[in-house]
Amino acid sequence: MTTLEILIALRTIVRKEIQRFTRIWAQTLVPPAIMVVLYFIIFGTLIGSRVGQMGGFDYMQFMVPGLIMMSVINNSYSNVVSSFFGVKFQNSIEELLITGMPNYVILCGWVLGGLARGLIVGFMVTCVSLFFAELVVVNWLLTLLVVLLTSILFSLGGFLNALFAESFDDISIVPTFILTPLIYLGGVFYSINLLPDFWRNFSLVNPILYMVNAFREGVLGVSDLSSLGMSVSYAIYMILFFIIFLFSINLYFLNMGKGIRT
Amino acid sequence: MEKALEISNLKKIYKGGLVALNGIDLNVNKGDFFALLGPNGAGKSTTIGIISSLVTKTSGHVKLLGIDIDKNHSLAKKKLGVVGQEVNFNQFEKVGNIVLNQAGYHGINMKKAKENTEHFMKRLDIWDRRDEVARTLSGGMKRRVMVAKALVNNPELLILDEPTAGVDIEFRRSLWEFLIDINKLGTTIILTTHYLEEAERLCKNIAIIDQGEIIENSGMQDLLSRLEAETFVLDLGSELRDIPQLDGFTFKQNNPKQLIVTIKKNQNLNSVFTELSNRQVKVVSMRNETGRLEELFLNLVETSGS
Repeated sequence: MTTLEILIALRTIVRKEIQRFTRIWAQTLVPPAIMVVLYFIIFGTLIGSRVGQMGGFDYMQFMVPGLIMMSVINNSYSNVVSSFFGVKFQNSIEELLITGMPNYVILCGWVLGGLARGLIVGFMVTCVSLFFAELVVVNWLLTLLVVLLTSILFSLGGFLNALFAESFDDISIVPTFILTPLIYLGGVFYSINLLPDFWRNFSLVNPILYMVNAFREGVLGVSDLSSLGMSVSYAIYMILFFIIFLFSINLYFLNMGKGIRT
Repeated sequence: MEKALEISNLKKIYKGGLVALNGIDLNVNKGDFFALLGPNGAGKSTTIGIISSLVTKTSGHVKLLGIDIDKNHSLAKKKLGVVGQEVNFNQFEKVGNIVLNQAGYHGINMKKAKENTEHFMKRLDIWDRRDEVARTLSGGMKRRVMVAKALVNNPELLILDEPTAGVDIEFRRSLWEFLIDINKLGTTIILTTHYLEEAERLCKNIAIIDQGEIIENSGMQDLLSRLEAETFVLDLGSELRDIPQLDGFTFKQNNPKQLIVTIKKNQNLNSVFTELSNRQVKVVSMRNETGRLEELFLNLVETSGS
């Protein structure tokens, strides 16, 4: 395929993916916004008023970056895992395999689809947050970079999950038993400085902690990273490392035909 | 003669040790209408799967229109269209988008993709259904969508894996006419089917595969000429009470206005007609009792299995 043909093929996958999740907007775009409203009402208004300040900000303000990241991570991951597994399940993966499309185009197409949903949901959650908390972004570049890279990373994670999944159970195991605990323990709702030493140290192996805090650094200008003796660039490099690692491993398994060829 | 498909020493051994293809060789000429027949599990779909990259081969070589699929996978696939055995599109998608997206996956620009989509959907009588969600279509209509999808990149080689399985006679006939037309325009067609009448009617050349090996590969007429005996059903204008006794012929009757005649190779029906004419019995119509190819197919497969 020529470069132009590859770009057309990539655009086709991305367009199809965006059409897919916008067609079922009631399942894909609305629930994250409703969930965030509930979080703000319950944790922000009812409980948050008793928590007081955290990191020098109102608890509502402190929570906003965490909730945005949580939505971006969940939606990027679930978009790719459910869509690509659906394509495998319905055999419509054959539509792609019988063309001369390189495997990296398939991978990039789904990742860009996940990125699109992650960013749209992230934007919606941000808009909803503005009704509950004042938000002044301190570092736009850092904020956008972290949200972009995190969305790509979790889209790649969703793709790997879908490649190996053989049943609908397999696509819910990772989000339920791995992703959700890591998100909740990743500093979305609290500063890890509040934790006892053991749990604080334990939290350091959670990669989502660095993503949430890098994003919070971009939005609020404060995070747990400095108290951990780490710079934001450390978090960025770590996300980049995982992106390269997951991209390579996905491409390797795609080339092997894992889950898509017999 | 230029080849549309060249397969040499193709092997496929599935996990668990099942040998699906045991080193087959197969050539299909450009412009041919070729039948690939075999019983269930013979290796037909595995062969098609390897050609279309849905199945990973264990060893061997495949060339599409002279292009090795291992060396220039992308270019080879540009020339290929495949209609799979099962429905293989998103059934929640609009019919028009399914075909249009397939063109996009091939890297065809939007203008040309829209032209091709409209052209083939109109040819297959599904253009009016383009805005309907695919899952609302009947089985026959879904087949038409699959054919349109396979043709949207104007392939030089079209492979159809049991395209008329489970569809009504009307669709089967209209698809036959359509395939004959595109074959005349230069598209090489490889067809697998369990309807041997279909292969006999459409295909010029034939290969029969059984237990992962090609057991027959010849021209359709050559193959049919090997038939040792043939049975004809004669519908009569009036009742025939006494079955004729003629040397070399075997006669049977299911009802008095019908005569079933079995003749050997090199015999003709002239003496039967003469005998019936002498008895003042007219022959209203005549047909083969069973497909000729069906008899040969069963003989070959039974011989191969024994």
